[in-house]
Amino acid sequence: MTAASAPPTARSAGFLADLSTLAGRAIRLMLRDLEGVIPAMIVPVFFFAVNVGSLQDQFERAAPGFDYKAFQIPVAVIFAVTGVSRASNLVIDIQQGYFDRLTIAPIRRVSLLLGLMIADLVLVMALTVPVLLMGFIAGVGFASGPLGVLAFIVLAGCWGLAFTGFPYAIALRTGSPAAVNSSFILFFPFAFLTTTFAPKEALTGWLGAVATYNPVTYLLEGLRSLVSSGWDAAALGRAALAVLAVGAVSQLLAHAALRGRLTSGRR
Amino acid sequence: MTLSPVPRATADRVRSGDGPLVVCGVVPTTDGDVAVLAEDLRRSFGAVEAVRSVDLAVRAGEIYGFLGPNGAGKSTCVRMLCTLLAPSGGRAAVGGFDVVRDVEAVRLRIGVALQDAALDAKLTGRELLGVQGRLYGMSRKQIAARIESFGDLVDVAALDRRIGTYSGGMRRRLDLAAALMHDPRILFLDEPTTGLDPVSRMRVWEEVRRMNREDGMTIFLTTQYLEEADALADRVGIIDGGRIVAEGTPDELKRRIGVDVIVARVEGDPAAAATVVESLDGIASVAVHGDELDIATADGAAAVGRVAVALAAAGLHASQLTLRRPTLDDVFLEVTGERLS
Repeated sequence: MTAASAPPTARSAGFLADLSTLAGRAIRLMLRDLEGVIPAMIVPVFFFAVNVGSLQDQFERAAPGFDYKAFQIPVAVIFAVTGVSRASNLVIDIQQGYFDRLTIAPIRRVSLLLGLMIADLVLVMALTVPVLLMGFIAGVGFASGPLGVLAFIVLAGCWGLAFTGFPYAIALRTGSPAAVNSSFILFFPFAFLTTTFAPKEALTGWLGAVATYNPVTYLLEGLRSLVSSGWDAAALGRAALAVLAVGAVSQLLAHAALRGRLTSGRR
Repeated sequence: MTLSPVPRATADRVRSGDGPLVVCGVVPTTDGDVAVLAEDLRRSFGAVEAVRSVDLAVRAGEIYGFLGPNGAGKSTCVRMLCTLLAPSGGRAAVGGFDVVRDVEAVRLRIGVALQDAALDAKLTGRELLGVQGRLYGMSRKQIAARIESFGDLVDVAALDRRIGTYSGGMRRRLDLAAALMHDPRILFLDEPTTGLDPVSRMRVWEEVRRMNREDGMTIFLTTQYLEEADALADRVGIIDGGRIVAEGTPDELKRRIGVDVIVARVEGDPAAAATVVESLDGIASVAVHGDELDIATADGAAAVGRVAVALAAAGLHASQLTLRRPTLDDVFLEVTGERLS
């Protein structure tokens, strides 16, 4: 038996170990790249302050007992977690050849994406915490109690994760940092053509129609229910379905793009 | 899977039509001897045929140099052999396993250092090697021991710094260490010393020789540096335009040119000078490059005077006459019509 034909000393580490290794690397890099997270912390605070400052009195006068700050906290969280991903880093890996090195390793292909997404999930859940603290400081309480806070963080995290499929699909399809950066534009229709500023009943015309089909409308409804009205199974169910629907589409696109890149062997 | 024996025709093929010229007659014929095998391997990108039809067989324990200019198809071949790129046609096997059907078996047996150092600048060298080791199922203890064993190749003390701070040479050597982390049987090096300073180049060469000599590692090395192929490779395949145009040991390839080469720089019409020199006895061939003639001859010392006299008699002044041994560049010139260097 020659050296070339002898059994290898290396072995496949297994799916979970691959996932743990790749997620660990992504989290480590995320911690070294905290400046990239700062906008995701500033934007929600800014919008919360502007929206509450400009619209609180108007809404609370029109509907006595309506807590506009509680209404805006889920919006701030959505602004914090939507579109946050490691897709730009994936493009760097592709351009620098490190993606090739990972691809040559005996790992399950899907772990190349899932490892990054685990890091994304950790980040977006962490990003909800300062926004919630801001809400608590502003006097917002949770009708659903501490478990409701946890459910709020998990639901927001799942939404963030569901949305990451889009920038990853663009990163894998194009390998271009500019294209990934421009994927931020997807955020606008999701985040603004919905009940961002006013309850659904107040939306009329085309905006009301679009909001009906925007999954973020139902996500916000679920998150708001945890803040304002306690455990509302119907609202939470619709929110979960909205997250699942967006997640299914975005993840299908991302994994199709991964398959395409691995099949074509593009750099 | 098992490999079919490499056809004897591959070994014995002589230059005929578009087929490669195989100078070396010794090509493995049994499965266990073959580390890397390609048969009619092809790859197109749209209308562009990057690799047209490559046949090669690399023996286990051999250093095989894949020599060619930029765009010749070297890297595309390597990417197919490394399972990064699916062939458009033909087949290839590495370590006895098909690169399309037995991808994981191939990946467990190969180490790869591609043309650009495939590193993550934000990790430290130690972290990068750790990630690499874990992906190949190595324990923490094995990883630590392996990293320590790289002392001759990389500056172990620098491994705790971020890769972004490394010099080009250190990055290249770390890339090589990452490729070696899991102790592969077969190593693919795609232009491993391109852009390196002479000292770093020598360290990489020494490590390549050591791995081959001490560990019996099969090394498939692409390069555009003639001296690198000459210094390292047991056999060389010259690729041009997506095909292997010559193959053999460096000495065998050089012997094809003739024993000696006289380089004459001519003031006057080089074509006319070539005609004059070709008419002399003992001249194997004459190639014209600008104002320079490359004259192949069996006995350069005897011929150089006659060349000078003949040129002068024809009214063509030779401003410079140099006698030298043939190089792989001469071989490259002969088989492709162009110089590599």
